[in-house]
Amino acid sequence: MIMPHAGAAIPAPLGLLAELTHRCPLACPYCSNPLALDNRADELDAAIWARVFREAAALGVLQVHLSGGEPASRRDLVEIVAAAHAAGLYTNLITSAIGLDGARLAKLQALGLDHVQLSLQDVDAASADHIADYAGAHARKVAFARTVVEQGLALTVNAVIHRANIDHVTAFVETAALLGAGRVEIAHTQYYGWALRNRRALMPTGAQVHQAMQQVERIRPLYADRLVIDLVVPDYYARRPKACMGGWARRSLNVTPSGRVLPCHAAETIPGLKFWSVREHPLQAIWMGSPAFQAFRGTDWMAEPCQSCAFREVDFGGCRCQALAIVGDAAATDPACELSPHHSRMLALAEQESVEPDIHYRYRGRPARDEVTAIQAR
Amino acid sequence: MHDGDAPKLPEHPRLAPGVRLHFDATRNAWVLLGPERVIETEGPASEILRRCDGSRTVAQIVDELAALYTADRTEIAGDVTDMLAELVTKRMLAA
Repeated sequence: MIMPHAGAAIPAPLGLLAELTHRCPLACPYCSNPLALDNRADELDAAIWARVFREAAALGVLQVHLSGGEPASRRDLVEIVAAAHAAGLYTNLITSAIGLDGARLAKLQALGLDHVQLSLQDVDAASADHIADYAGAHARKVAFARTVVEQGLALTVNAVIHRANIDHVTAFVETAALLGAGRVEIAHTQYYGWALRNRRALMPTGAQVHQAMQQVERIRPLYADRLVIDLVVPDYYARRPKACMGGWARRSLNVTPSGRVLPCHAAETIPGLKFWSVREHPLQAIWMGSPAFQAFRGTDWMAEPCQSCAFREVDFGGCRCQALAIVGDAAATDPACELSPHHSRMLALAEQESVEPDIHYRYRGRPARDEVTAIQAR
Repeated sequence: MHDGDAPKLPEHPRLAPGVRLHFDATRNAWVLLGPERVIETEGPASEILRRCDGSRTVAQIVDELAALYTADRTEIAGDVTDMLAELVTKRMLAA
């Protein structure tokens, strides 16, 4: 591997995604966690997280996203949030609401929690609970959203969009506004981890995607005085790639429950990358010198059509993990780009899978359907 | 807002919940932090933002800035109003 940045200035990161645990009561089929989940026994303790937060702040990180799995599954969440705030970081809790009540939330708020991001699986309880494979989840989320707003905390509603709920984007925005959120993310599924595994069951048709995008633009001005609407675009139907992570190892880093530091949450799917752990290295050394961070930093690693492209420092060649997943080469142009020779194949894949009649999810953390059938037959 | 008018400013500007001003020692700049937002601010902007604490009226903020920079009040008023309007549009001021 070329080490292009031996002498070049490396910008300081802005954001840290802290995956406190991979444990989660929900089993969403598009979960961004890896297929091989970290064990509870291997999770970093609160003292190590506190050190990581101090090192992150010293490195230039401004915001920490406390995520999982479900971060509330950590009994020491209060201690962890307090440490993040004490380090001077803007603290964003990304939660399903399961495991949080008003009392615990009030404690987090008193210790400096800045913002809550709550996921909703759908606007209708039966469908939402089916997607999460958790009875009663939606009702608890709605109640929790009200608590967040009543306590004067800022709320974002996150909606991951896929075939089962893509016709409800307008209702998602309306629901977020009704709940008192200040921001809503209409996030078309990104096909990594569990989502890649479930792609055939999740992929919407091109017509659905087109309509959903139009609906967001139609409703946006109506809510301009109440709600920020952020959109995560559907790669498979795009013409240009997204600037994944704002560029590899350029703006943010991700620490897994057991302490491995990744340039993005799916980076471990790329074979041959060496990830360093916060147990063995200070965060700054990892950011500056870890082989995984150096691998695709900047533009020197690019081949054509990226290398001579006018957009190479706009989209940074798109997503490495997607290039790997579709093209089989992590250094290839993201096939979401129409300049990629694999672009039409990616689109064809989406179109073909979007009309698959059978949409059974392979839920994370649950036995597979054939296993369930086998158990029931016994 | 639908007819393109400037947004209505709150009487006592205050940062919205989830938005706060932070001194970024790494980049030596005041930054406004919000959900998935980092906005770098320059000198006068941070002076305005520090006064958006819900205790001052827009007029008081203008007075204080005019005194701080010993500048023409009308000019300062325009700058303050423009900036507050932009913050309202970005949903970064409390309603």
